[in-house]
Amino acid sequence: MSEPVLEIRDLRKSFGALKATDGVSLELHPGQIHALIGPNGAGKSTLIHQIAGSLRADSGTIRFLGQDIGGLDMAARARLGLARSFQISSLAQEFSALRNVMLAVQARQGSSFRFLRQVTDDKDLTEPAMAMLERVDLAARAHVPAAELSHGERRQLEIAIALALSPKAFLFDEPMAGMGPEGSKRLTSFLDGLRHEAPMLLVEHDMDAVFALADRISVFVYGRIIATGTVDEIRGDPEVRRAYLGEAA
Amino acid sequence: MSRETTINLLFALLLLGAPLLAAGMGEPFYVTLATRVVVLALAAVGLNLALGLGGLLSFGHAAFFGLGGYVAGILATHAFNAEPLIAGIPATTSMPLIWITAVVVAGLVALPIGAISLRTSGVYFIMITLAFAQMIYYFAISWPAYGGEDGLSLSVRNAFPGVNTAKPLPYFLICYAALMAALLLFRVVEGSRFGSALQAARQNGTRLAAVGIEPFNIRLVAFAVSAMITGLAGALYADLNRFVGPSMMSWHMSGELIVLIILGGKGRLFGPVAGAMIFVLFEYVLGGITERWQFFLGLILLGIVLFARGGLLGLLSGKPRHV
Repeated sequence: MSEPVLEIRDLRKSFGALKATDGVSLELHPGQIHALIGPNGAGKSTLIHQIAGSLRADSGTIRFLGQDIGGLDMAARARLGLARSFQISSLAQEFSALRNVMLAVQARQGSSFRFLRQVTDDKDLTEPAMAMLERVDLAARAHVPAAELSHGERRQLEIAIALALSPKAFLFDEPMAGMGPEGSKRLTSFLDGLRHEAPMLLVEHDMDAVFALADRISVFVYGRIIATGTVDEIRGDPEVRRAYLGEAA
Repeated sequence: MSRETTINLLFALLLLGAPLLAAGMGEPFYVTLATRVVVLALAAVGLNLALGLGGLLSFGHAAFFGLGGYVAGILATHAFNAEPLIAGIPATTSMPLIWITAVVVAGLVALPIGAISLRTSGVYFIMITLAFAQMIYYFAISWPAYGGEDGLSLSVRNAFPGVNTAKPLPYFLICYAALMAALLLFRVVEGSRFGSALQAARQNGTRLAAVGIEPFNIRLVAFAVSAMITGLAGALYADLNRFVGPSMMSWHMSGELIVLIILGGKGRLFGPVAGAMIFVLFEYVLGGITERWQFFLGLILLGIVLFARGGLLGLLSGKPRHV
């Protein structure tokens, strides 16, 4: 089997008495979409925060492309190739959609310590950024400030920003949240194609999307993974059915 | 030309035309008053880079203003007494050399202050920048070699090649040119990659970090550049008044610079210019009527904060858009 892109070993994080992450281990392999499911408060987002670097784990290791990234801050991890989307959209609100993506293109190209050339006529920034907006069907709204975009458009913009980083792995935290059935369906088929660009850790509550996309699923309950397996294995797992899926599966 | 550009141009022309007219009518006092507007505006352009673009509410920029002033004062005093500075380095009365020194000193002091202060944010950042500035202020007061509490008087204005700086109008023009250069720099930096990152750091630092740019590094450089511009203004201010004292560094001065920016329009290119014009006009007109003119300035400030967040420029030219 191939080397994992992302490898998490015995990760632990407590908030006071609450064990938000309680000995989590998982691997993300090339070409895979690995879904994290589980009830609200099970610790899925907390795990994403620790991988992305916005929260520090109490113990355990996170290896990305063979390197221990536990001591790196969020920006350094992003530069290594971890691209995340946020559960609640996190954008530069006054900037247009295009400028938001241009920021990611600029970050990927290296130095932000350039003081002369104007970004608005810098084709090295505008053209790749526009291409990313086209990929997520947002080109028509390129010049609208992020604050004026609809909820669904902001989710699309988050994905365009992640794409612009040409990452080595995606961390998507509920990208479908609040998208509506039509939007979810379109986003599902879009994410389906992304696994070949980079593997994806996907936190999602939309079970139709998860079952359609995931190569592997890990089920979280109270900060622990109670089962990991293929879609069929998870659907058939009696413990998972009892803890989370209920009769819906 | 956008509406804001037109308004900016009008401000620039007004600020140039009024003292030219005053000089033509033999009223040098008004030329000096306009120079005061220009120098305060320049100091605020510096702060506007940190505060307006970067969202860094520094309550200690008077320290850099004062440092620039003391650089001019100390160099001029040494040169006047024909004493070397330290280790045989000669002092100078050449403005360009003084400006470079002032800019470098302000930047060098701003780097460690920024590196410590920027570990905090919000009200803590305001307080820690204030604390650093007050430390420098009390240091100046307690250093008798350069006048201590009484400050330093410059017997003659420093020299600029080919210009008679003792006359009000030529000195105004020098300061005006410096202001225009700083405004050009502000505009270019604002539109650059660095400026994009800086404004993103203000809007959403987490977003900036998530794409791989450290907000801290961006803010630190902005803080230093901002201090350098304010330091240059300090050197010009010392020459304008032919005096530098600790009051240039007091927290009142830091507060005034913030007030200028809020009056004129935070983050707007000509915000500091408009703010300085209002401020000096009030100081002069109302100050001639009542000693309590700042009470009325306070009322105006209150009105702007409550009803016109964009300041005078926001009122005149509407919301800025980043397309």
